[in-house]
Amino acid sequence: MMTVSANANARAGAVPAATTRKVAAPRWLRSLGSVLVWVGLGALVLAVLYPLLWMVFSSFKDNREVFDSPWGLPGELRWGNFAKAGNAGVVRYFTNSVIVTSASILTTVLVSAWAAYGLVRQKIVGGGIVLGLLLGGLMLAPTVALIPLFGLLQNLRIFDTYWALIVLYTAFRIPFTTFLIRAYMIDLSPEVDEAAKLDGCTAAQTFWRIILPMCRPILVSAALLQALFAWNEFVFALVFVSNGDLKTLPVGLMDMQSRLLTDWPVQFAGLTMAALPMIVLFLIGQRQFLQGLTDGIGK
Amino acid sequence: MRVLNRWRSWVWVLPALALLLVFVYYPIVENLRLSLYSWNAFSARPVFVGLDNYRTAVEDPIFWRALRNNTVFAVTSLVFQVGFSLVLAAVLEEFVHQRLRGILRTVYFIPAVISITVAGILFSFLYNPQIGLLNRALGALGLESWQHSWLGEPGTAMWSIIAMSQWQSIGYTAILFVVAIQRVPREFYEAARIDGAGRIRSFFSITVPMVREMTTLITILTISGAFLVFNEVMVMTAGGPSNSSQVLGTWLYRNAFLNDDMGYAAAIATVIFVITLLIGASQIYVSRRRRIEW
Repeated sequence: MMTVSANANARAGAVPAATTRKVAAPRWLRSLGSVLVWVGLGALVLAVLYPLLWMVFSSFKDNREVFDSPWGLPGELRWGNFAKAGNAGVVRYFTNSVIVTSASILTTVLVSAWAAYGLVRQKIVGGGIVLGLLLGGLMLAPTVALIPLFGLLQNLRIFDTYWALIVLYTAFRIPFTTFLIRAYMIDLSPEVDEAAKLDGCTAAQTFWRIILPMCRPILVSAALLQALFAWNEFVFALVFVSNGDLKTLPVGLMDMQSRLLTDWPVQFAGLTMAALPMIVLFLIGQRQFLQGLTDGIGK
Repeated sequence: MRVLNRWRSWVWVLPALALLLVFVYYPIVENLRLSLYSWNAFSARPVFVGLDNYRTAVEDPIFWRALRNNTVFAVTSLVFQVGFSLVLAAVLEEFVHQRLRGILRTVYFIPAVISITVAGILFSFLYNPQIGLLNRALGALGLESWQHSWLGEPGTAMWSIIAMSQWQSIGYTAILFVVAIQRVPREFYEAARIDGAGRIRSFFSITVPMVREMTTLITILTISGAFLVFNEVMVMTAGGPSNSSQVLGTWLYRNAFLNDDMGYAAAIATVIFVITLLIGASQIYVSRRRRIEW
């Protein structure tokens, strides 16, 4: 805390002096303060990035290098580790994750946008109750539903299929996604709807042809956040899929860890393959990501 | 016909509502019922046992340890993800030049986008006594006596998991605070500066009160997240060694799917449900009271 104020005074010193005199700190203290802040920020960057760099570097090493030179760069780029990790299951888990994630993005975003439009523009009998149920749904946690869902999914005969995950990822994310899209639709001008109606569009046609395209930015945010959720989801994927061929990355990687044990470079390669897509997606879609995050949380 | 027309608009909310009721609300109600039965995955007929499963919980020392671990998780997370993150956000906003600020925000956020499983496995390697960086770093600093088999010792396992979780989440909450700080009108800070207030003073007199809404929200999210924690523990220790890092979620999982005591697991689920409900209710209470205050 000291550090923050010391620098504040350093900056304030540039402003007309009279107002700042009473809080001015000695110069050595000011520079010490800003040095400490920068050291702190730099240390945090190191703490965040170093484990990730270690992961990437180690995935190119061989077992001896992992042990002998943990801090060093790999002697050569051993792409073979990635091939081995791929064959050990990562490719299959990856494919499963892509299937489940993309399917649940589609269903979640469409069902939520459809509901959001209804709530914003159509007069719904008992719309307040629907909103209440959605709001309550925001607070309900997957863990609590785990045991009854076990039986329910078996009765519906979707236990141990992609559908189990797709349906659950959709159902549990509808509240958040609907509120996110609804907040955006509220700000759209109702004149658009009226114009469409005059042109002879039904409400459904208006939704598909006009409203959805207009909502593109928020739909992208919603899709990215759903991707983040579905790609990383663990509890449901652990409990409701037992077939090794259908497992998604988070659970598959855990399995792989116990199978490969001390083949460290291959393990690291598997982790790298699992982590990179989301990091890349985040770096590309950063703005929409944060937009969705803060809109969703702020309203 | 008119009645039919009035209900026709339900076609908009029906898909969402049906999914929500069948897969979210029904299981949670059903869970309350199941917690009153003794029952496992293979038994033909559940036997009604009243509150026996809850009595089991009260008498189960591991249940209490799990609850304590969740609480420790929550308190530590509050210190880092609310306290430290707010300071970090303020430093980023008030101290760092614009271009660098964007880069730092991005870097700090990266751990939040990789899955908990990946982060958990990565940290279990980091803590590993054979290949891990942590013990080697301590060794290099001459602190051999601080070296541990971090996830293998009951005394350090839970803390090691908690530390990983902070690594993953600080950037995430800091970004949320950054957004809140950006919404504070700049004039407030300029006025404070003209009055001769330093940065610490501005932080406590302007930033902290102005981002109070966000602080409440993040506090709620952090606490309920800490009581729902599962993935981290499952990947790194599965509750071990000797149940020292058991949390409510993993203890529920263990009883349901490994000890095959579904009734007891349902009772633990109800406890989790009540805790999250209380947290949610306190949020509504706090935000309502505040509205009256204003």
